[in-house]
Amino acid sequence: MPRFHARVLVSLRPSVLDPAGEAARSAANRLGVEGISKLRIGKVVDLELEADNESEARKQLELLSDRLFTNPVIEDWSLELQPVPTTTA
Amino acid sequence: MSIGVVVFPGSNCDRDVRWAAQGCLNIPTRFLWHETRDLNGLDAVVLPGGFSYGDYLRCGAIARFAPVLESLVEFVARGGRVLGICNGFQVLTELGLLPGALTRNRSLHFICEDALLTVESNRTPWLMSHQRKDALTLPIAHGEGRYQCSDETLCQLQDDDAIALRYVNNPNGSVADIAGITNKTGNVLGLMPHPERACDPVIGGVDGRGLLQSLLG
Repeated sequence: MPRFHARVLVSLRPSVLDPAGEAARSAANRLGVEGISKLRIGKVVDLELEADNESEARKQLELLSDRLFTNPVIEDWSLELQPVPTTTA
Repeated sequence: MSIGVVVFPGSNCDRDVRWAAQGCLNIPTRFLWHETRDLNGLDAVVLPGGFSYGDYLRCGAIARFAPVLESLVEFVARGGRVLGICNGFQVLTELGLLPGALTRNRSLHFICEDALLTVESNRTPWLMSHQRKDALTLPIAHGEGRYQCSDETLCQLQDDDAIALRYVNNPNGSVADIAGITNKTGNVLGLMPHPERACDPVIGGVDGRGLLQSLLG
């Protein structure tokens, strides 16, 4: 069965305050890096899965992202998906 | 008449709830391991504080899939009373039994202190023994207690008279100073403060007694 590599990027919705991002931004200033107008911290879920085809894989990942990886009240997600190249002997 | 206290791997206030309910208030109490589906004979269920399943991913995100919570959803639909305290409140929002979500405190600090609260609604059995605007002092102990919801949800909570408790001095950045909410029906209450830590006069204050007593009506 084809294998797919996926990265789900989870971020806080724009309307939700990100205190960790704010703390990191102020640390960046102390490091001498000026001019940062936005710094928000999210997370990445990196996974591989088997599926009949890409659209099936996408369906499974949408379910996972909506129901498990994120809480839609406070978080958004986006998906990067690519087939894992089959290795030839 | 008895209540159940759910025990997830990582719960750490389950014994405190039992002490408060059974030891201080003579309410027969039994523990419910997270894998059970049997809620027979219970009048109410408490989801206690702690770090269910390590709170991996998000607070309450994994606990939501526990077998006991499938039975809990049916229990709530039948009108059973459910009280979610701290991590229990987080689980109830992840489960969709209460709206909104709880996220990182504005200060990023874990806050452990007494919080002054006001009773915003005495519509439900949980706070019927109080008057509106009554003051309560209950301990809080959380790193992720900032209640968040959309403007529409906030309006709905207000329209339903579902905001049960507010902080007087908002410690964590919660929307509208919200410390606890109920569902529309009123049989589910979630709150960040710990009523079970305010039931034994030896440890200072008994303002939590009314809430726990209302588990049995």
